[in-house]
Amino acid sequence: MRDFSYLRAGSVDAARQAAALPGAMLLAGGTTLIDLAKCGVAEPDTLVDITHLKGLDRIDVNERGATIGALAKMGHVADHADIKSRFPAISEALWQAASAQIRNMATIGGNLMQRTRCPYFRDPANFSACNKREPGSGCSAIGGVTRGHAVLGTSEACIAMYPGDLATALVAFDATVHLGERRLLVDDFFLLPGTTPDREHAIKPGEMITAIEIPSSAAARRSTYLKIRDRQSYEFAAASAAVGIEFEADGRTIRDLRVALGGVATKPWRARAVEDALKGKVLEPETIRAASLLAVEGAVDHGANHYKIELAPRVVARAILKLGETA
Amino acid sequence: MTVHNIRHGDASDGALAEAVGGRLSRVDGPAKITGAAKYAVEQQLEGLAYAVLVESTIASGKVRAIDTAQAEAAPGVLKVLTPDTIISLRTASDWFGTPPPDKPYCPLARDITFSGQHVAAVVAETFEQAVTAAALVKVSYDETPAIVDLSDGKAGDGIPIDAMTKEWGDAPAAFAAAPVRICAAYNTPREYQAPMEPHGLIARWEGDQLTVWEPSQWLDGMARTYAEWFEVPFENVRLVSPYIGGGFGSKALALSHGAVAASAAKMLGRPVKLVMTRPQTFTGYGGRAATRQTVTIGADHDGVIQSIVHRGVNETSIDGMWVEPLGSVTSIMYATPNFSSKQNVVRVNSVVPGAMRAPGENPSAFGIESAIDELAYEVGIDPLEIRLRNYAEQDPHAKKAWSTRQLREAFAAGAERFGWARRSPKPRSMRDGNQLIGWGVAAGTYPVRRAYGEAIVRILADGSVEVESSSIDMGQGTYTILAQTAAETVGVPADNVVVKLGDSRFPRAGVTGGSRLAGVMTGAVYKAATSALDQLVGLAISDPRSPFHALQANTLVVANGRIGSPRGDGPDVTIAELLKSVGRDCIEATGDTMPANSTAEDRYKNYTTIAMALPHTEGDYSRHSWCAHFIEVRVDEDFGTVRVSRVVSALDSGRLYNPKLAESQWKGGIIMGIGQALLEEGIMDRRHGRIVNNNLADYLVPTNADIPDIDVISVGIPDLHSSVLGGKGVGELAIVGVAPAIANAVFHATGKRVRDLPITLEKLI
Ligand SMILES: Cc1cc2nc3c(=O)[nH]c(=O)nc-3n(C[C@H](O)[C@H](O)[C@H](O)COP(=O)(O)OP(=O)(O)OC[C@H]3O[C@@H](n4cnc5c(N)ncnc54)[C@H](O)[C@@H]3O)c2cc1C
Ligand code: SF4
Repeated sequence: MRDFSYLRAGSVDAARQAAALPGAMLLAGGTTLIDLAKCGVAEPDTLVDITHLKGLDRIDVNERGATIGALAKMGHVADHADIKSRFPAISEALWQAASAQIRNMATIGGNLMQRTRCPYFRDPANFSACNKREPGSGCSAIGGVTRGHAVLGTSEACIAMYPGDLATALVAFDATVHLGERRLLVDDFFLLPGTTPDREHAIKPGEMITAIEIPSSAAARRSTYLKIRDRQSYEFAAASAAVGIEFEADGRTIRDLRVALGGVATKPWRARAVEDALKGKVLEPETIRAASLLAVEGAVDHGANHYKIELAPRVVARAILKLGETA
Repeated sequence: MTVHNIRHGDASDGALAEAVGGRLSRVDGPAKITGAAKYAVEQQLEGLAYAVLVESTIASGKVRAIDTAQAEAAPGVLKVLTPDTIISLRTASDWFGTPPPDKPYCPLARDITFSGQHVAAVVAETFEQAVTAAALVKVSYDETPAIVDLSDGKAGDGIPIDAMTKEWGDAPAAFAAAPVRICAAYNTPREYQAPMEPHGLIARWEGDQLTVWEPSQWLDGMARTYAEWFEVPFENVRLVSPYIGGGFGSKALALSHGAVAASAAKMLGRPVKLVMTRPQTFTGYGGRAATRQTVTIGADHDGVIQSIVHRGVNETSIDGMWVEPLGSVTSIMYATPNFSSKQNVVRVNSVVPGAMRAPGENPSAFGIESAIDELAYEVGIDPLEIRLRNYAEQDPHAKKAWSTRQLREAFAAGAERFGWARRSPKPRSMRDGNQLIGWGVAAGTYPVRRAYGEAIVRILADGSVEVESSSIDMGQGTYTILAQTAAETVGVPADNVVVKLGDSRFPRAGVTGGSRLAGVMTGAVYKAATSALDQLVGLAISDPRSPFHALQANTLVVANGRIGSPRGDGPDVTIAELLKSVGRDCIEATGDTMPANSTAEDRYKNYTTIAMALPHTEGDYSRHSWCAHFIEVRVDEDFGTVRVSRVVSALDSGRLYNPKLAESQWKGGIIMGIGQALLEEGIMDRRHGRIVNNNLADYLVPTNADIPDIDVISVGIPDLHSSVLGGKGVGELAIVGVAPAIANAVFHATGKRVRDLPITLEKLI
């Protein structure tokens, strides 16, 4: 039997120190980690359980923004009244993620750190080539089943899609990740695969996510998360869009716009080209649809995932238009 | 002596909840909800060891070598089984009982014919140790090119299955002469039963007696296979399967993993437990075979069919044979003077496919019920009207009268409840904002399969009634309807009936498959209970110690656990009091539905093979259940996502023994049909010949959010040609026709005809 040790961290510092040791991994809700251990992908020597750390599950919302502790449960954040009213896209991204059971277990920190659903990544017994798992071993997905793979941000080494919903919403609203004292924009926290797809985050050994912080904005207040998939619930996105909008006083001219895409890219994908094209424009369906096409500028498909290139701009356009209707 | 009278009213005969036809809730429900129900592999046995399978990672080739050294040295490992070290078994007969070739059988493969084939197994003291050691078994292969699926260039046309050919008239000529002609190809992918409870077992040997705790849809059939493998008498094998967490056809046969576990138990002299992982359930046994059909219909301008030419293909494995009868609905649904259906099977590197809810009828209906819809648009006739114009008044293939066919009633009742008359005929003509709305209709059918069953009914000293049978309950409600049957027949409250199932030591039963169990077993229990009641009343009348002795009555009435005279004069006692007065602590009677002159050999064959099942067209009648589905979909025009927003289905399953349970079965079938139409598909990596979505996060089945309220209407009438009490099949019927009804609704919504299931968003975008 593969023995590993289990350690219950007494403090954030203790957890960070323990997790810095080789072979150690933080354990939060376990809904990703235990799953990957069963697949043979994660093989920790030490599990550092952080679920008992005090104070890390707080959700504080004030005029400046929201600070959400790393151990807050997905379900709690989704249902939080102030999150719902001031950051609807965050709440919607969460309640449309996974299942009620998983949302009750899973934490915000663990959610950001969830791994790709690439089937080749998840099956080492059958597919030894995976650059993300085993740098330099190749990529089994390219030329194989690619329906769920990314069309944006891919490299020759890896085309795995980042599946999380929450981070997509966070990146739209310039949220930051707190790694103790160090802070990083969510956009900078996630890395493109490039030649090192095994490095997914700008987190260093001995660091731990302690919280995320989302600044308040008018765009965040009028925001939504639209998630499209074949199954109505409990499925990752075929394409999704986190969109926030702020109008000028006329209620029709776009002052500020935030657009991020999920389900189509190797990391949470901010679509600044769409934002820039539409700022200052009047909300008209034709204009919106045309500008939304910019969301997939530079997209590259691998056969079966081609539909994402057509789908993503339509999701963006619908989300923007939907927000316009409520103006 | 008639002491009571089974109600023969309409299908839902509105009886008391406890009687046959009543809406008694599942009697096994509380045990399942509270966790008291113990499933097969939950048995706690002394000395239990754990086996874990090692599977092939290639789809075609040979095992060159298996290096077990590391695994054997791992902590807790008791044995590593390979083709070289596992004990030799004999080949068992197939489910028809065909005598097997006289050669050894090895459940671990040297010759690899599919990815995920069992090549080795590790047995250890704990499950965790076995899992770890299994990963240390190193298998090397000589790989050869695989035929991955039906579209593989190497697959060829396959093997013609002559027994599937059905022809009358001159279909090609009539097609050529028809003024309206349509021709299209329809494909269904590999689909999986995905029961909640994975396959697994505990096997224990005591001398040459084998006990197997295993979820099973067929105790006696599986016991026969184990007995033949291990060359022990049939009576030496005991199968125990009190509850089953879903089967859908996949748990009817003893499979290779069972042979591995029972071999390990024999070799170690210890009980061994083996449970498949969820990914292994996608390759350890077969799901529904992928199918392709072409349907050509020649008709006149009024939509009256002149000819149907149908060609079908299904995949099977390299060395096994599975035929999914694709012409089964095609040949009976509509009247046509000219007909031709033929079928081939194609060998591919897959595990041998298996039975999955309505094998044959389900894909068959997707073909013909889509094609007739295409014809309806071609000739400009309402899709419901065209079905009525081509209504088959008798079985067009067997040329026999239907025993009962309430399909016209189903169309009428469904259309009325659905509001079909308000349908706007043109595609893309109904919408709600971005949602295109489509209404589709399709029919379904399933034959009435009949076989035999036995039961013991005991009336016990305390007045309670006990029923025993080796049939099973996988959630469909056997415990409940047999309690109702015994309660009503004997005349006691259903609460006072204890039904015991799922032990091959009990009186025998055939396979729980083909929707036959309820009809068979209610018949057997009815007969056994009638004879127990006769004994009881006989005793009461004739035993000198009975309070009724002086009455000199020729009959008595038993109701609600009490015995009295029909006119209400004279004594009135409980069954317990009567038994006490005559000094008996039990009355026991056996009942069966076998022909009167059956031999012991017949009996063995009846219950351990499917060779003796009665054809549904035996005698003067053709027997089938029927249904009509009316379905509304909403398709987002930008995203291509399809949501089913309304389902009205009217179904003819004959008399319903328990409408509440039948409705649940129907709804379950419809839900599974929605999954088949929109979500389910084994996705193949064609380079490796391997299904990659082998888990329930990636193999999508519907969630509650995908399912609207489902309205089911029973239009059946008792059909005494089909079963002793008048019921026809329930369990499989309702899935048949759902996928084409949805595809037809999608066409109505979007103007796009999707002929390849599932209808995923990229096909509509
Ligand atoms: C079937 C299924 C469906 C799902 N569907 C969706 C979906 O639709 N959308 C979606 O967004 N998500 C989905 N998920 C993913 C789910 O949201 C994540 O599994 C969950 O959020 C992980 O949180 P956790 O607390 O359980 O993390 P864990 O499993 O405990 O940890 C995950 C990883 O994060 C690390 N980690 C945990 N906490 C910290 C921390 N504070 N700092 C640094 N590292 C940390 C761990 O070491 C580990 O590597 C799904 C998951 C499953 C199993
Ligand atoms: S896409 Fe990335 S994760 Fe998937 S196999 Fe290729 S390298 Fe591995």
